Amino acid sequence: MDLLSPGTGLIVWQLFVFVLLFLLLSKMAWKPILNSLKERETSIQQALDSAEKAKLEMASLKSDNEKLFKEAREERDKILRAAREAGSRLHDQAQMEAKKNADKIIEDAKAIIRTEKAAALRDVKAQVALFSIEIAERLMKKNLSNDKAQKELADSLIKDLKLN
Amino acid sequence: MKKPFLMTKTTFLTVLFVVFAGFSNLLKASDEGAAAEEINMSDVIIHHVMDDHQWHFTDHLVLPLPIIVYSSENGLDIFSSSNFFNEHHQEVEYNGYKLEHNHITLADSGEAVLDLSITKNVAMLLINAGLLLFVFLSVAKAYKTNAGKAPKGIQSFLEPIVVFVRDEIVKPNIGNKYETYLPYLLTLFFFILFGNLLGLLPGAGNLTGNIAITMSLAVLTFLITNLSGNRNYWSHIFWTPGVPLPLRIIILPVELIGLITKPFSLMIRLFAAITAGHIVLLSLLGLTFMFHSYTVGVVSSLFVMIITLIELLVAGIQAYVFTMFTALYIGMATEEHGSH
Repeated sequence: MDLLSPGTGLIVWQLFVFVLLFLLLSKMAWKPILNSLKERETSIQQALDSAEKAKLEMASLKSDNEKLFKEAREERDKILRAAREAGSRLHDQAQMEAKKNADKIIEDAKAIIRTEKAAALRDVKAQVALFSIEIAERLMKKNLSNDKAQKELADSLIKDLKLN
Repeated sequence: MKKPFLMTKTTFLTVLFVVFAGFSNLLKASDEGAAAEEINMSDVIIHHVMDDHQWHFTDHLVLPLPIIVYSSENGLDIFSSSNFFNEHHQEVEYNGYKLEHNHITLADSGEAVLDLSITKNVAMLLINAGLLLFVFLSVAKAYKTNAGKAPKGIQSFLEPIVVFVRDEIVKPNIGNKYETYLPYLLTLFFFILFGNLLGLLPGAGNLTGNIAITMSLAVLTFLITNLSGNRNYWSHIFWTPGVPLPLRIIILPVELIGLITKPFSLMIRLFAAITAGHIVLLSLLGLTFMFHSYTVGVVSSLFVMIITLIELLVAGIQAYVFTMFTALYIGMATEEHGSH
């Protein structure tokens, strides 16, 4: 039964040594060990967190880039379209103006031709009148030697006048 | 993990019992000299697992230990335990003190004295504490010199165990306030673990299988548990809520007994597990000397080898169990909201 009866001395030693051991170890061993463990765990956690954050940032950056790219492409298309439209509008305008100018030139030319023609006709008429007077003078000189012939002439002149 | 181990142990004990039964039949048939040796063997075994005032390695190598005694008559006395033995290893009186069956009494009156001697177990205790200090201070130093780097050496060997105690034993059982109790529970765990392992060394004392040691540890658990007990804990003990009045009166003594049985079971469990292991090992080794036979020696050595491996496992399991239950009791005492 000695096996089951605790010795006083051993109890005293055990309580003393164990409590002392606890105090020494907590101050000099557990505190630094547990603190470093905690520190390391937090730093690992932080590293993991920041890696995750960086990944997310990269993803958002990539999508941002794509968005920018898309926008740039749209902008380019818009500009191109506008340029094309402007080009064709200018072209049309130029064409129209050219046509208008051409029409005007033609019109002017026609007017000039008309006036020139009228002037020419006037000249021709004057020439013809001169020629006619000359011819008539000569004819009269030759034919109006008798009365009959004078009368016939007067008649025909009257007839002509009427026709005119 | 625990169950197959228990089954293995039971199987082994059964085998052992059968072997013993067979041998005891043989013994009855043999001469009486062998029977006398068997009685000696049980004395040897009990002597080995108990505390002693000298460190007995072999019959020719005995380390005397300091005796420190105090009595109101003679005051404090310090001397070597070798004074209690003459050249024939017989116990003699010294300076008015008498050593009998490891108890020191006053030779004249036969009264017991306060014996604070450095016994074999106290020496083991000091070695254990010294080893713990040495190991963990160097580990703590490694954390300083190795700061921000991967652990190495003994630091990387012990770190997972420290983390295991923290994350698997203390945190789940105590909860939020675990950091307050962690240093104590780590000390407790490694004290028992190192003590168990040191006790398995040849010639070593049975430190953690001594009831005085386990009792002291259990008393500390009891004190810590009840001193940190909150209102909720005490109200559960004295006036269990949600239970009819007559039942409360019946529950009260049960709860009060429970206060004592919890540390008591801790004390007995560790003591019994470690002492039983030592007794089994010594019994198996003793068979060889009882039968003076090489064959028995070979067979029992094989058994001893297997049992030693199991004892290594037990060393860890008992350290785990003691710490786990202490953490559990602290957790129950500091729990904020009862499950009722």
